[in-house]
Amino acid sequence: MRPERLVVDPTACTAHGMCAELFPEWIQLDDWGYPMIDSGDVPPDLRDHAERAVKMCPALALKLRRGS
Amino acid sequence: MRHRLLAGLPSPHPIGLATHLELHGPSPLLGRGGGDALIAELEAAGLRGCGGAGFPAAAKWRAVAGRRRPVIVVNAAEGEPMSAKDRVLMTQVPHLVLDGALLAAQALGARDCVIAAPAGVHAPIRSALRERRAAARPAVRIKVEASPHGYVGGEESALLSHLEGRAPLPRLKPPFPAERGLNGRPTLVQNAETLAHVALIARHGAAWFRDGGSGGIPGTALVSISGAVRAPGVYEIPAGTPLPDVLDIAGGRLQQVRALLVGGYFGGWVGGAGEGLSFDDASLQSAGVSAGAGVLVALGAADCPVAETAALTAWLADESAGQCGPCVYGLGALADLLGRIAGGRTERGDGARLTRWTEMVRGRGACRHPDGVARMISTAGRVFATELSEHARRGPCAACGRARLLLTPRAREAATA
Amino acid sequence: MALWYLTRATGGVALVLLTITLVLGIVDVARLSSQRTPRFVVDAVHRTASLFVVLLVAIHVLTAVLDSFAPIRLADAIVPFGGTYRPVWVGLGALSFDLLLALAVTSLLRARIGVRAWRTVHWAAYACWPFAFMHALGTGSDIKPGWMLWLSLACAAAVALAVLARAAASYSAGVAVTGVTAVLAIAGLALALWIPAGPLANGWAKKSGTPSSLLGGKR
Repeated sequence: MRPERLVVDPTACTAHGMCAELFPEWIQLDDWGYPMIDSGDVPPDLRDHAERAVKMCPALALKLRRGS
Repeated sequence: MRHRLLAGLPSPHPIGLATHLELHGPSPLLGRGGGDALIAELEAAGLRGCGGAGFPAAAKWRAVAGRRRPVIVVNAAEGEPMSAKDRVLMTQVPHLVLDGALLAAQALGARDCVIAAPAGVHAPIRSALRERRAAARPAVRIKVEASPHGYVGGEESALLSHLEGRAPLPRLKPPFPAERGLNGRPTLVQNAETLAHVALIARHGAAWFRDGGSGGIPGTALVSISGAVRAPGVYEIPAGTPLPDVLDIAGGRLQQVRALLVGGYFGGWVGGAGEGLSFDDASLQSAGVSAGAGVLVALGAADCPVAETAALTAWLADESAGQCGPCVYGLGALADLLGRIAGGRTERGDGARLTRWTEMVRGRGACRHPDGVARMISTAGRVFATELSEHARRGPCAACGRARLLLTPRAREAATA
Repeated sequence: MALWYLTRATGGVALVLLTITLVLGIVDVARLSSQRTPRFVVDAVHRTASLFVVLLVAIHVLTAVLDSFAPIRLADAIVPFGGTYRPVWVGLGALSFDLLLALAVTSLLRARIGVRAWRTVHWAAYACWPFAFMHALGTGSDIKPGWMLWLSLACAAAVALAVLARAAASYSAGVAVTGVTAVLAIAGLALALWIPAGPLANGWAKKSGTPSSLLGGKR
């Protein structure tokens, strides 16, 4: 499986903050409630968490993107 | 050094087609494989985009090459208020830019080209197009469109959105315009100056181009110089010129220079008149700035750097397209904070907050607007450390009451070199 | 006989779950979460409860159709106001069912259709609940004994509170709260006048449109 990175579309994100609750290992909220995401490849053992965060995003702003 | 892009200037009229051909000779026709050869030549020349981001031109062209039904977009939006070079090019030497655009169209197999420029410069572009149509049947459909207002309107995805009839808002990339640009077609968006350079590189080759400059920025560059200099305006300088010498080219300093804003509003501050630095990538990078859109603003010792930085941040925060939370709230918070510092109304922890928020907004938008503001603020923090803490402690200084140097586009008034 | 009981039971439970779904949805969108109940929990319960509502309503509809007592066809559960058994009140249930299906389908396909289309459809949630509520009061055979009436009124109170809380959390809280309070007051007053005169009054079965052939029988 090719490595994937988590990216947020900042134009779609409305700071619900659910991703940071679901995947705190990778996502933290800034001082205004918007997610700051680790830019590295998501390790395979954390993939489930990444996928759940993507699926649960109320704004559908979070995506798993292949390659760089 | 002899002018290249601005050859034939100053002139009372825009350079017409006949004079243009006299000055530069005919634009070469690209035969089979000529497109790839030209791209290789751009790469050898080390040409970078002159709109601000400084992305290598060859890489941009390669990303479009081989795709179906591409479009060329000439970006002369020039949303940067301190920059006037694209306006100078479009009004004084439009044929050079048109040559570059048509070469791009030939090299990439494009049949459509859009020139996006402020409505005020449409007349000279249109008359240049008329001259060309009278001389030969055009192979490329060229449309002239009004570019959007606003600081981020010149960002390529925002520009394309505007040309599609929607609001000029940047979008997240990828997909890049090369993959999905104007109306979904592969699009090369290139700054007007970059295309003018292309016109000359196609004629004279990479070696000739590099010969004009030194170091990381090959060739010559157009700089818009303003602030505490005698003759603000747009000048063509050899890349690698020491920054203090650049000020001399603009007539010399009006007063002692406290700092230079390099690149544009999104650029960065360097101390003094940039002693020890020169106008090339490596040197500017060592000071944490970049050539950007070729803007140089000289801040005189009589101006207040803290008030200027605070006012500029407030203006830039206001220019946010308003789409991305970190940009809207982050830049807003930074503007408030700098306003408090400039007014001496600081609270505990404001110093740490300034650093924290400046880092926090970097890379957090769909476009690079927050990154540019962060760079401007962080270089200000370095260059104006003393003044910042003075203001935080004692409030406004004597110079704070002066009219702001930045935000008044003085460069636009004096146009040509 | 067993089917008819199942219809009534699933109807009642579905109303409660629909209320929970709506209230949690409102809590979610008004961002009324806390450390102890993080948003993803609220959101997950909202999604799960909504799927149970669909399941329960499906059973509610199927049993009502299969049961031989009331002449309700499958079409009556989907096309509103076309039936012979209490057409208005069953019709409101059908409307609510249609909206529920639209909400469920668009939610399952949310990633495909995009957030904007999904959100537009999701506003229908605010119509889905009142239709279901009126359907419960008007059709329900269990209003007179009281327990179903009190359950329904408790659900209404929960929804009213949630809507008020959302209005208070909105950008223009002043206008929103005033507007919502006015709407809720009118709705409450209308219910207070209508319930005693309607479902609780004698002869409601006939008035609500029960076919006369069924009225003789005791059920």
